[in-house]
Amino acid sequence: MNSLFILGSLTTPGIGLIVWTSLVFILLVLLLSKYAWKPILAAIKTREENIAHALSSAESALNDMRELQSNNEKILVQAREERDALLKEARDTKDAIISEAKAKATKETDRILATAREQILNEKNAAISDLKNQVASLSIEIAEKILRSELSSDDKQKALVNTLMKDVNLN
Amino acid sequence: MGPKIKIFKQKSTLFLLVFALFSLVSLKTYASGQEEHPATESDSLSAVAPHVGGHEEAKEEKVNITKVAFEHILDSHYWHFWGEGHETVALPLPCIIYSSTKGVQFFSSAVFEHGHASFGAYSLVEEEIISADPQEKITDLSITKNVVQLLLSAALIFWIFTSIAKSYKTTGVTSAPKGKQSFFEPLITFVRDDIAKDNIGAKSDKFVPYLLTVFFLILINNVLGMIPIGANLTGNIAFTFVLATCTLIITNVNANKNYWMHILMPPVPKALYIMMIPLEIVGIFTKPFALMIRLFANMTAGHIIVISLIGLIFVFQSLWVSPVAVAFTLFIDVLECLVALLQAYIFTLLTSQFIGAAVAEHHHEEGHEGEEHAH
Amino acid sequence: MTGSIAAIGAGLSAIGAGIGIGLIGGHAVEAIARQPEMYNKIQTTMIIAAALVEGVALFGVVVALMQGGN
Repeated sequence: MNSLFILGSLTTPGIGLIVWTSLVFILLVLLLSKYAWKPILAAIKTREENIAHALSSAESALNDMRELQSNNEKILVQAREERDALLKEARDTKDAIISEAKAKATKETDRILATAREQILNEKNAAISDLKNQVASLSIEIAEKILRSELSSDDKQKALVNTLMKDVNLN
Repeated sequence: MGPKIKIFKQKSTLFLLVFALFSLVSLKTYASGQEEHPATESDSLSAVAPHVGGHEEAKEEKVNITKVAFEHILDSHYWHFWGEGHETVALPLPCIIYSSTKGVQFFSSAVFEHGHASFGAYSLVEEEIISADPQEKITDLSITKNVVQLLLSAALIFWIFTSIAKSYKTTGVTSAPKGKQSFFEPLITFVRDDIAKDNIGAKSDKFVPYLLTVFFLILINNVLGMIPIGANLTGNIAFTFVLATCTLIITNVNANKNYWMHILMPPVPKALYIMMIPLEIVGIFTKPFALMIRLFANMTAGHIIVISLIGLIFVFQSLWVSPVAVAFTLFIDVLECLVALLQAYIFTLLTSQFIGAAVAEHHHEEGHEGEEHAH
Repeated sequence: MTGSIAAIGAGLSAIGAGIGIGLIGGHAVEAIARQPEMYNKIQTTMIIAAALVEGVALFGVVVALMQGGN
């Protein structure tokens, strides 16, 4: 085998293969472009867009959730505040009621006490007047008796009357 | 590392024994073939093979490594599987020739009986169909081994990618890719984004189908070429010539004003125009020429190295060389796997850079980058 | 010893390419060590540069093959 020949054929493109390669290659480019690359690239692009869309929607969902969460927190804080306010109000009301009741009770007690004191006073006065009356009637009785015995003479009567009058005035 | 190498060596020795036995048998049959058809080889890389067979046929035979290597690298009218001489197992392929006197002719290469017979006026000499009639000029358009592989690979690529396209249609775009789809989709997006978009820019969509076709055609043929009975299509200059020519055409057809301005009115003093313009015009062609040579030479060199390393066994005529030869071959084969991918990548990448330079609006930087590629 | 001059030519081009690719690889490693975040860009540029250098070497080999044919 002549090596010049083989080396020559190694570096010289054969016309047959050039023709076949051109034909097959150009056909392959055209056919693949139409039946393979176009749908594949379109599908990959759609998928990428889908993924990008999904990512962005996930992001927005996350944001929404965060917003919702912060809203919830706000609502919670508000509710807590409201509750606190309610409790405070209730406490105030309770305090007010209690203090009112206390004041009422004190007043009532005072009133009762005053009434009692008045009654006692009245009773005492009545008792005193009663006693005075009895004392007076007793005194009159005693005086009658004494008078009967003492008023046996005129002088004595006169002197006695004078003395008695003096005493009565003093009393 | 240690035990692995040990196992590897054991396996390679076993393999080598089988291989060497097989080769001896084929050498024997080759020898019997040589008796009828005397050898003509006289190359430097030839070696004397051991005297196999009986004493009566103990004559000097040569295993011509160069011949074996080039038989594997060059195109053929047969698809040779294995065996030599009468035990050759090869598929004869159809021959189509255009004769200047007889027009188109169609016949099987079996008629040549591996170059030992002639068919009418035609005979097959060194894989070239020659006519006995000096008046007759032959254009050989045969379906050779490379053409068969080209057709097979084209069909394979077409099948793979149309079925992927179909699976997008059936499973929809929302489900995760499966099978072939998941294997090729990253490659497709790699070509689209990292090769096309990065180098061409906004106008890349138009060129992506071309780049994808080039990438996968080269990749699949590189891989098929590495399989022992595969054809060395990407290491054939005619194939790379066509691809490079397509790149040349696409680059220049789509080139914009900036690109031509840079060639016809380069940013140099007017006195230098007489020198620069021819250089720039030559540059248009040297860029794809470099593409053509790079792919062809890389693949061919890889095949020559693999065959030469295996051939060391026959050059040294020793079984003890075989573990070394096989270890080296395995190493080179692994490297060739990388090269197969890398060359497809580089061809596509440089193509997209040339296109990018031709369609770029800011022509200055990229134009110079392009010049560097030419050398 | 035919073809040995061509073999020397091929060897010389291999030396040139070896030096070139060695420099590219070495500097790429240095660059990656300095800026690991630029790994992808450096790798791409490195591969392109290596391919260009290798292309030159392969021109040498092809010329050597063509001339070494006889």
